[in-house]
Amino acid sequence: MLIEVRILRYNIETQQKSHWDVFEVEALPDDRILDVLQEIKSTKDGSLAYRKSCAHGVCGSDAMIINGVNSLACQVLVKEVSTPIKIEPIRGLPVLKDLIVDMDTFFDSYKKVLPYLISEDDGGERERLQSPEDVEKIEDTTKCILCAACTTSCPVFWTSDSFVGPASLVNAHRFIFDSRDKGNTQRLEILKDVNGAFRCRTAFNCTDACPRGIKVTKAIEEVKREISLNS
Amino acid sequence: MKIIKHTFDGVIVGAGGAGLRAAIEAAPYMNLAVISKLYPTRSHTGAAQGGMGAALANVEEDNWNWHAFDTVKGSDYLADQPAVDILCKEAIDSVIELEHWGLPFSRLDSGKIAQRRFGGHTVREGEAPAFRACYAADRTGHMILQTLYQKCVSMGVQFFDEFQVLDVNIDDGVCKGVIAYEVSTGYIHIFESRAVTFATGGFGKIYKVSSNAHSLTGDGPAILFQKGLPLEDMEFYQFHPTGIYKLGILLSEAARGEGGILRNKNGERFMERYAPTIKDLAPRDMVSRAIATEVREGNGAGPNSDYVYLDLTHLGEEVIKEKLPDITDFVRTYVKIEPITDPVPVQPTAHYAMGGIPTNTSSEVCSDEKGTVLPGVFAAGEAACVSVHGANRLGTNSLLDIVVFGRRAGKSMVEYVSSTRPDGLSESVATPIVNKIKKLLEPENNTPSSVASIRNELQESMEVNAKIFRTEKTLADQQEILGELREKSKNINVSDKGTVFNTELLEAIELEYLLDMSDATVGSAIMRKESRGAHTREDYPERDDENYLKHTFITKDSGGNLEVNYKDVELGKYEPMERKY
Repeated sequence: MLIEVRILRYNIETQQKSHWDVFEVEALPDDRILDVLQEIKSTKDGSLAYRKSCAHGVCGSDAMIINGVNSLACQVLVKEVSTPIKIEPIRGLPVLKDLIVDMDTFFDSYKKVLPYLISEDDGGERERLQSPEDVEKIEDTTKCILCAACTTSCPVFWTSDSFVGPASLVNAHRFIFDSRDKGNTQRLEILKDVNGAFRCRTAFNCTDACPRGIKVTKAIEEVKREISLNS
Repeated sequence: MKIIKHTFDGVIVGAGGAGLRAAIEAAPYMNLAVISKLYPTRSHTGAAQGGMGAALANVEEDNWNWHAFDTVKGSDYLADQPAVDILCKEAIDSVIELEHWGLPFSRLDSGKIAQRRFGGHTVREGEAPAFRACYAADRTGHMILQTLYQKCVSMGVQFFDEFQVLDVNIDDGVCKGVIAYEVSTGYIHIFESRAVTFATGGFGKIYKVSSNAHSLTGDGPAILFQKGLPLEDMEFYQFHPTGIYKLGILLSEAARGEGGILRNKNGERFMERYAPTIKDLAPRDMVSRAIATEVREGNGAGPNSDYVYLDLTHLGEEVIKEKLPDITDFVRTYVKIEPITDPVPVQPTAHYAMGGIPTNTSSEVCSDEKGTVLPGVFAAGEAACVSVHGANRLGTNSLLDIVVFGRRAGKSMVEYVSSTRPDGLSESVATPIVNKIKKLLEPENNTPSSVASIRNELQESMEVNAKIFRTEKTLADQQEILGELREKSKNINVSDKGTVFNTELLEAIELEYLLDMSDATVGSAIMRKESRGAHTREDYPERDDENYLKHTFITKDSGGNLEVNYKDVELGKYEPMERKY
């Protein structure tokens, strides 16, 4: 079937004002939006730019706004959205070209929360023991693929990118509640900063946006509680 | 075109599991850069699902010798046994190390790392399926990739994200550095570096139905192949039995490890006929061949009788939600089937290259079948061929390969860098690359061909002629098609003339790599007149140890002519036997 797709275009190289391009393209109901973008790039406009890799929702390359909703283009099927399909880059990060944004701020914020296991010992010759119940506590937040769908749906982040944002807080949660980690003194100190967890206003946009189904707002609330209990 | 020069002691190309593991080993001892065409966390290691084999013996008695036996038998005796011993022995410490770095493994009630069954892994040399695969639900690769990246962040490893590698400079037989294209600016970067590790992953995009990411175009192997260096065992390409029908998205073997069953259109558990002892947990080459045979014999399901079912309905909601959450979500997302209550349509999907850049067990690249080391060049992971997987890789062994031989690559880089001195590299080394890019952007002819149409033709023809079943005729046909596609590719017109995120230009470069990988695969396959592991020649249905218990080394000269040489397999404890399960 022939569908209409509207894509918000911009190129930092030419600096022209962003504008909507309209494409009519053949697609099947089961096609992914990423397949539709591929079809447009292959047959209509080779310069269309977007990131892609795994094409099944595990690498986090292709977060974009599809009909107003932060989504992964490879996880949304044509039959699930109304036409014309409107596609825009995620918000709050500088657009470089078409659907590609500058991810530097996002990854810098991620690195700020010490996203790695901090331990006091070398672990010994065998694995550290961890109960299934303790694994369960971090099960949800270890699923994060750093696609930025949550952070770029956050109204606080839109107004200020100095806020570490939901994705960083999810990754902080993953270590704060890991029974093997001993870095909470440092990590919680960072997170109680003015740009840390308490800037979250529990809008729940992040939870709605997460393509991995992580309960992001709940995780942020748990981080806030942990900061309160430790100060 | 702007050219920027950097000087490092070592450069790692690729930031999946193998590249990151090498970086962790090398970074403390040298000025190191990791360049990747993606952000590291987008690498395809993250798509691995089921587990990582290691004889931890957390569930039942196990030892690494049994793991080695299974790996050698699984390889159809083509793996080099000393390398397999290293893989299986070092597997144990590698898993423990990842746990110490924070990998959130699933756990047993005892708190130890949980282990599950997987295809081709047995106890006591074939007696029964073994609980050997250490896992984190069905997202083990994701957790490995995240953990290794986290470790790199904690160490301050220097990354160049979204840099596409274009060339390696080898001067008088010695490595001098690599040349890369910065995707966000279009600048050319020369990385002077006397140690270079290629960890660029596989090339599953030569096929149409594939579990592989768009990015898997064989960049590292292709660049070396273009230099006249050999690639090893390229005819051995693994087709994973359970890709989602048409899409090829992987549904882990863990689904069968947890008790899932393959059924044909009559509901028959057909694997009982092909592998009476371990049935659905036979190695991947056998299961994929069995599915293809069922389809040929008219036992396939669906309107075109071209798929079989993966039946998980008897496992129960609890097991599925706890142990197979991601893959069952893929089924719900992409085919709108509820796997708790309904069987899932599956077909074999292009999955893993057993072949690649020949290396020794120190991850040093070899420049010929005699094992001559190419100084300063290393390779690890799917891009490399040690060979631990031989003619067919066992499930869970790729995640071992990346950490065991990634670490060895890092170690070898350290030794090499400490024993050599920097030698300088002039900016003129980038000239051929600059010219190549200019040519792609400014074609000299009037009948341009598009990247996408050539790529589609390539993938569709490889799917028909060089997939599970092959004959002299299909392979010769494919060689002819590849020749035509190569000619067409010379007229590629990149319509985007920009410098910022010119992804069309990148796709044109990747297409060239895919054509190289296809040449090597088909060229090796047509010369191997036997059936072994994943390479099934219908005109030569038997394994022929007398003539082909050896590795293929294929090279291409500057005129595009292929040449094949052979290297004897390094045997060990296990004598080649008939392969029955």
